[in-house]
Amino acid sequence: MKRKLRSTTSNLLPVASILALLAIWELVSDTGLVPKFMLPSPVDICAAFISDFPLLWENSWVTLAETFIGLLFGIIIGFVMAMLMDFFTPVRKALYPIVVITQTIPAVAIAPLLVLWFGYEMVPKIILVVFIVFFPVTVSLLDGFESTDRDTINLMRSMGAGKMQIFRYVKFPAALGNFFSSLKIAVSYAVVGAVISEWLGGFCGLGVYMTRVKKSYSFDKMFAVIFLISALSLLLMFGVKLLKKKCMPWENKE
Amino acid sequence: MNELIIKDVSFSYTGGENVIENINLSLKEGELVSILGVSGCGKSTLFNVVSGLRKARTGTITLAGEDITGKPGKISYMLQKDLLLPYRTIEDNVALPLILSGMRKKEARAQVQDGIKRFGLDGVQKKYPSELSGGMRQRAALLRTYMFSSKAALLDEPFSALDTLTKSEMHAWYLKVMDEIKLSTLFITHDIDEAILLSDRICLMTGKPATISEEIIITQPRPRSRDFTLTTEFLQYKKQILEKL
Ligand SMILES: Nc1ncnc2c1ncn2[C@@H]1O[C@H](COP(=O)(O)OP(=O)(O)OP(=O)(O)O)[C@@H](O)[C@H]1O
Ligand SMILES: [Mg+2]
Repeated sequence: MKRKLRSTTSNLLPVASILALLAIWELVSDTGLVPKFMLPSPVDICAAFISDFPLLWENSWVTLAETFIGLLFGIIIGFVMAMLMDFFTPVRKALYPIVVITQTIPAVAIAPLLVLWFGYEMVPKIILVVFIVFFPVTVSLLDGFESTDRDTINLMRSMGAGKMQIFRYVKFPAALGNFFSSLKIAVSYAVVGAVISEWLGGFCGLGVYMTRVKKSYSFDKMFAVIFLISALSLLLMFGVKLLKKKCMPWENKE
Repeated sequence: MNELIIKDVSFSYTGGENVIENINLSLKEGELVSILGVSGCGKSTLFNVVSGLRKARTGTITLAGEDITGKPGKISYMLQKDLLLPYRTIEDNVALPLILSGMRKKEARAQVQDGIKRFGLDGVQKKYPSELSGGMRQRAALLRTYMFSSKAALLDEPFSALDTLTKSEMHAWYLKVMDEIKLSTLFITHDIDEAILLSDRICLMTGKPATISEEIIITQPRPRSRDFTLTTEFLQYKKQILEKL
C-alpha cells in the first residue's frame, strides 16, 4: 500500500514540474516581461494549435510517412549489414570503418545535397532518415550478435546446429534488447531528420509548415508545431516500448 | 549396441603441450561411468573432444559403430553451466534439439511433454528459465540433453552448482530416472560421494598431461538408495579413491 502510494507520488512529480513550468511561462508572457509576439503564452499556443489543426494534421501525415518509410528501410539495411558483418569477418573489416565514417558526416550537411539530387518530393527526406537510422541499428545489432556467450554457441554446435540456426535461435534473440534501445533513440532522430530535410525544400510536411509560419512571424504557430513534433517523437518512443514488450516477453518476468 | 569407445585420444590447445594423453575409455549401453579428477586436470577438455567441438590430436571416438571423431551433433552434451536460453520457455528450450533437427515446433512441443512430466517439470513448461529454481533449471537442461539423443550423454558436473540439500534431492531423483530411461552416461564430477553413489565405474583422471590412471568398479547393484552412502562398503570405496587421487 505504502509502495503504491509512493509510486503514484513519483508519477505525479514530473507532471507537477511540467505544469509549474507552464504556469511560470504563462505569467512571464501575460505580464509582458517578454513581449507577447516573441514569446506567446501556452494558452495562445493552444489556441493556435486548435485553429490550425486541420493543416497540422495533414502535414503530420506526410512527415510521419517519411519517418516510417525511412525507419523501415533503415532497419532493413542495418539488419542486413549487421548480419553480413557477423557472418563474414572480411566484410566486417571492410565495412565497419565506412559505417563509422558515415556517422561523422552531419546529417544537416548532406540534406541540401539530397534535395539537389533527388528533388522536392519525399525521396530525399526518406534517404536522410535511412541515413540517420541505419547506423545505430547496425552497431547495436552487431554488438548484440557478438555478445553471445561462447559456451551457448558450443552447446548449439554440440546439438548439430548450423551457422544459420545458431543465428536464428541464439544470436538474434540475444541482440533484440540492444536493438530496441537503439531504436528508441533512432525514432526521435528520425522525426527530427525528416523535419530538417523538409525545411530545405518540399511541398508539404511539418518542416515545410514551419518555414511557412516562420516567414509570417507567427510565433504562436511556430511553438504549436514544435510541441507537436516532440509529442510525435514521444509517441513513437512509446510505440517502440510497446513493441519491445511484445517481442521480448521473457523480459517482463524477472 | 550403443557403445561409446574412446581410443588413444590426446589433445592440446593450439601450440601448447598435451592437456590429455592416451585416454582410453568405453561406455556400454545403460552404464554410468564417472570421471573424477582435480579441478583443471582436463575433464571438460576431454568432453569437448568427445563431443566433436574440438579436434583430437590423435585417437578415435566411436559411437554405436560409427566414427564420430571431430563430428559435433552426434552425442548429447550438457556443458558445465545449464545454458538454458533465457528467451525461450522451458518447453521450447527442451524441444530445441528436436527443432534443430528439423521438426515442426508444434510436434516438438508435443513430443517433450512426456519427458517434462518424468523430469518433474510439469506446470513450469510455459515459464522462462529465470523464473525457475536452480534444481529445476538443471533438470530442464538434463531433459534437453536427453531429448537430443538417447544413445549416450556427456554430463559435465551437472549438479555441482547446486546447494547440498538440492543436490542430494537431485541424486535421489536421478537414480530413479536413470533406471527408467537407461541412458548411457559419462559423468564428470569432483565430488567423490556423488561418483560412488551414482556410477557403475569410476575413472580417475590424474597427471599432467592427464590420463585415466585407475578404474574402480562399484559392484553395489542399481538402483541404490541414499542409505548406501552410510555403509562401510561405501567408505571403503571412498578410502580407495582418496589414496589414488
Ligand atoms: N580454451 C582454452 N585454451 C587454452 N587452454 C585451455 C582452454 N580451456 C582450458 N584450458 C586449459 O586446459 C586445462 C584443462 O582445463 P579443463 O577446463 O578441461 O579442466 P577441468 O578438469 O574441466 O576443470 P574443472 O573441474 O575446474 O572444470 C587447464 O589447465 C586450462 O587452463
Ligand atoms: Mg570443467
